[in-house]
Amino acid sequence: MAEARAEPAEPRPEDLYRVIKLIRRFEERAIDLVRSGDIAGGIHPCLGEEAVSAGICAALRLDDVLLPQHRGHGHVLAKGIDPGALLAELTGRTTGINRGRGGSLHPTDLNVGVLAATAPLGHNGPQAVGAAWAFAQDGTDRVAVGIFGDGAVNQGALLESFNVAALWQVPVIFVCENNQYATSLPVERAIAGSIPARAAAFGIPGGTYDGQDPEIVYRATAAAVARARSGGGPTFLEFSTYRFDVHHTFEYKAGLRYRDADEIALWRARDPVELQGERIPAGLRTQIDEEIESLLDAAELFALDGPKPDPDHAFDYLYSGGVRPRDPAGVRAPADPEKPASPEE
Amino acid sequence: MPLLSYLRAINRALGDEMERDSSVFVTGEDIRYALSNTTNGLFDRFGPERVLETGAIEQAMANFAIGAAMAGRRPVVEYQQPFLAMLVFEPIVNQGNKMLLMSGGQATVPVTFLVLSGWRSGWGAQHSDQPHSVFVHYGVKSVMPATPTDAYGLLTTAIRDDDPVMVFAPLGAHSIRENVVYADLAPVPLGVGRVHREGSDVTVVAVGHRVADALAVADDLAGEVSVEVFDPRTLYPFDWDGLAESLDKTGRLLVVDDSNRFCGFAAEIVATAAEEMHLVARPRRITRADGAVVGCLPELDVALQPCREQLAIAIREIAKSDR
Repeated sequence: MAEARAEPAEPRPEDLYRVIKLIRRFEERAIDLVRSGDIAGGIHPCLGEEAVSAGICAALRLDDVLLPQHRGHGHVLAKGIDPGALLAELTGRTTGINRGRGGSLHPTDLNVGVLAATAPLGHNGPQAVGAAWAFAQDGTDRVAVGIFGDGAVNQGALLESFNVAALWQVPVIFVCENNQYATSLPVERAIAGSIPARAAAFGIPGGTYDGQDPEIVYRATAAAVARARSGGGPTFLEFSTYRFDVHHTFEYKAGLRYRDADEIALWRARDPVELQGERIPAGLRTQIDEEIESLLDAAELFALDGPKPDPDHAFDYLYSGGVRPRDPAGVRAPADPEKPASPEE
Repeated sequence: MPLLSYLRAINRALGDEMERDSSVFVTGEDIRYALSNTTNGLFDRFGPERVLETGAIEQAMANFAIGAAMAGRRPVVEYQQPFLAMLVFEPIVNQGNKMLLMSGGQATVPVTFLVLSGWRSGWGAQHSDQPHSVFVHYGVKSVMPATPTDAYGLLTTAIRDDDPVMVFAPLGAHSIRENVVYADLAPVPLGVGRVHREGSDVTVVAVGHRVADALAVADDLAGEVSVEVFDPRTLYPFDWDGLAESLDKTGRLLVVDDSNRFCGFAAEIVATAAEEMHLVARPRRITRADGAVVGCLPELDVALQPCREQLAIAIREIAKSDR
């Protein structure tokens, strides 16, 4: 994989804009598909946080790996997951990137370095450390990035992983995408001390950066990547950002009020789409916007055209090597006798 | 023939697999000096990068192992105490064991979790649990070897398996020794039981150190009741065909298991046999008591755990009873 090892060139402003806008429109369309019932269960939209994804992934090679958490659509799109395959995943199709078994929360694509996406907060940190440790042992200069929110920074598993990452100088980058709220709990009522100071206590350098500006995010990440590649060990990056919309789409029904309108307006004034959009010529911006709409039109068609999994495949992928759980009478609902079983592949 | 102990068998399997496959590494606490006697000599043979000693950071290291496994390694994580396996229940059950499914078949997680479990008299209430029932409930592949040969063979298979596997090595079995020919030690496939003793009247299902109890009682009752001792060896996936074959012959079932009774491993065996297999008498199980807490005073502990007297009484009753 020669091209996977090529160090990415410094992104042009329009490259970053394109990724930000792709994520923005992907999320808006996905919310529509939640409302229409095409996406079961809902999503955790990352509206407002797109610059973090765009900036981080611009600094990564294809063979570097990313381990996101629940609000991960932006991260995995920026890393290179195909929007159509991701949307097919969200809508539960066998054409989805994980054949419909990962859904919104767990998109994985080993071909573009999305190693795993896990929900329990902070557990992806030590997983990233393990992967990065293995890369270094292999003699490569690959880097692993674990991305979590402010809600994860008090988790024991994550804090424990800082210890080994620093002790063994593992090429890992811990990213805290601080969107100011863990669901409804604001940072100031949840977190004692500073966030990067947690890592600093273990000897891990880092800092807090503006997460609305993708160029700042890119530069901070590129420096951390260079450190990791050269054997300098882990880095901790906190990016300050804001979730413009809900924690999860169930909030549209729940109607929680834990943030005031002034605060939301203050952050919306620093919308990364506008911030980065103003850095490129208007004509180019319009052209990119149109390209993204056609791309997402095609993605949506591809997604909704895909087949849903056959219930006969409910036991697939639980174990490697084709091992399946036992299936005696009474375990599953009876199959529809009219419908022949179909292969999944 | 050399005499191989249970712990030396584990040690030998680890060493052989590390020799055979450079992606295998061991991690855990106090493994450099082999406090639990499973990693003797491995640090000197393979160095600090293959014998990764850590402090008490179990949740991080369970996840670390999962991450390393997804990056091509075959980690073995040792827990010297059963409660440590409970501390990492989340990463094992909810992370490692679900990655393959969540990734639609892309990400394999070949991690072996080696748990030295069971009764430690005098260590207090927190060191003596036998937690295999909760892991098999969640469908994590799990084994509990009864003999040194099986300890070698099942651990070897666990390491080579592409999924997470729990290897429960109960303390009650650690003192077991066996004459072996080293060249005959071989992987034991998952899901295949072993008939330790053939019989025609009653099938006794036993795992771990309870196999030795079952064999001793079967010997005592020889001439009176013909007891077949069936050791599934793998707790999950269970060898139902092997059990059915034995019950076709005997039609009478007793399960002895060291986990707690309520929703325990033995309950599943009895339930499935009752639903699907040939039984001519009511099946029975001998287990720890409901919600048993053991480990402080031996005098109290023995009342809450399976014992050979219970086994003998139950076997006699089952042999005589009709449904």
